[in-house]
Amino acid sequence: MPALEDVAKKIRESAKRLLAEGRAEVVVGYRRGTIPLTTAPFFARTAEECDQLVWSNFARINLANYLPGRKKVALVAKGCDARSAVGQVVENQIPRDELYVIGVPCTGMVDNALVAAKEPRPIREVVETTDDSFTLKGEGYSVEVRKEEVLRRNCRTCAHRTPKLADELAAPEVPGATPDDFADIKALASKTPAERLAHFKDLIKDCLRCYACRNACPLCYCPICFVDETRPQWLGKSNDPMDTLTFHLLRGLHCSGRCTSCGACETVCPVNIKVREFNRILELTVQKEWQYEPGLSWDQKPPLTMFQTDDAAEFIK
Amino acid sequence: MSDFEPKIVAFFCNWCTYGAADLAGVSRLEYPPNFRVVRLPCTGRLNPKFIMEAFKRGADGVWVSGCHPGDCHYIAGNYHARRKFILLHQLLESIGVEPDRLRFSWISSAEANKFQAIARDVVEHVKACGPNLAFRKEELKLGLAEVA
Repeated sequence: MPALEDVAKKIRESAKRLLAEGRAEVVVGYRRGTIPLTTAPFFARTAEECDQLVWSNFARINLANYLPGRKKVALVAKGCDARSAVGQVVENQIPRDELYVIGVPCTGMVDNALVAAKEPRPIREVVETTDDSFTLKGEGYSVEVRKEEVLRRNCRTCAHRTPKLADELAAPEVPGATPDDFADIKALASKTPAERLAHFKDLIKDCLRCYACRNACPLCYCPICFVDETRPQWLGKSNDPMDTLTFHLLRGLHCSGRCTSCGACETVCPVNIKVREFNRILELTVQKEWQYEPGLSWDQKPPLTMFQTDDAAEFIK
Repeated sequence: MSDFEPKIVAFFCNWCTYGAADLAGVSRLEYPPNFRVVRLPCTGRLNPKFIMEAFKRGADGVWVSGCHPGDCHYIAGNYHARRKFILLHQLLESIGVEPDRLRFSWISSAEANKFQAIARDVVEHVKACGPNLAFRKEELKLGLAEVA
């Protein structure tokens, strides 16, 4: 178990070196959050600023989100983030030679909702030294939590924890977890359409359409998102359940074959909706039909930008 | 509701199915009049949001039809469309759209008979599904009980 501080030191060293060499003008990484159980994105432009970079069990946000259009940037990236960064390069959002990836092999990030369920008392402080546990402190108590018990869903089934295409690694490689078996998605097939619809309407019933999931997503870089289009207006501005469902369906489709299951959307959701449910349906289909996983090669084209003349589609008669 | 006549939004490719519908017309082949046809330059033009919009506005069914694979006027439009449809079909079926409400087909401009047969089939299946109540917007549900 590498100590978090050792990883942070490596990140800072690399960041300073890259800035000094002129290889990067900005290092995008994490700094301490202003409240417990969080980190914040941080843009280090000088050697002094690099000292604020940290590594944490709460580095959940996908920083590849900040890449499109940037020049000379170094990115601190977990396995999933690094795959997103590869996706950005493949989709021509940033040239490969403008990007430097400081990969951090990651053993998963913490789901704050699970922490809150375990420890309902107000949390004043979090002490973390290693990447397998952390200590919660509050008024008159102090409890240790093993990270394994509070991992995010996507981290529990992450097969690509070590960023394979990173320019350097800030920690020793770690083995991947058992991949997602999509058991719940496959189980949908045995339900009736009405039951399925009830399930998904229930899933998104709390959705405020704040679009935090879209804003946190490194795939959502369109200059004008379809939800903001007004001529014609595809999505109403009220919280009609059908508009909300349409938003999630279309966002799922837009991310299909590109999503690296980084879980940023679920992390930032203020009402804890399992947003990735829609993506997972499509992820399963993409894997089954085209045996494709995004972000694993610099020159593999996303499945929806190409075709095979013998793509199987028996439902089209 | 035995006298339910569904409204079906049909997205036809200009170069094939739209022609087939024309040919069916001039050949005096009878088919049900439940379609509102939207003419597309190619099925590749079909954005999934068109289909969602149709359902949201109360369409009881959607029918998308284009050229057979290999016959695209723009060389590869329908190949790209096919990949899109595979995902769209899977997604909509998974979240509870009845499979019979959404139909995809390949009909060339010479296949008037196939057009007639599928048109009848689509209407029959959508009729069996009943009116689209689950996927229309709330504001459109107002007053629906009175007319139904």
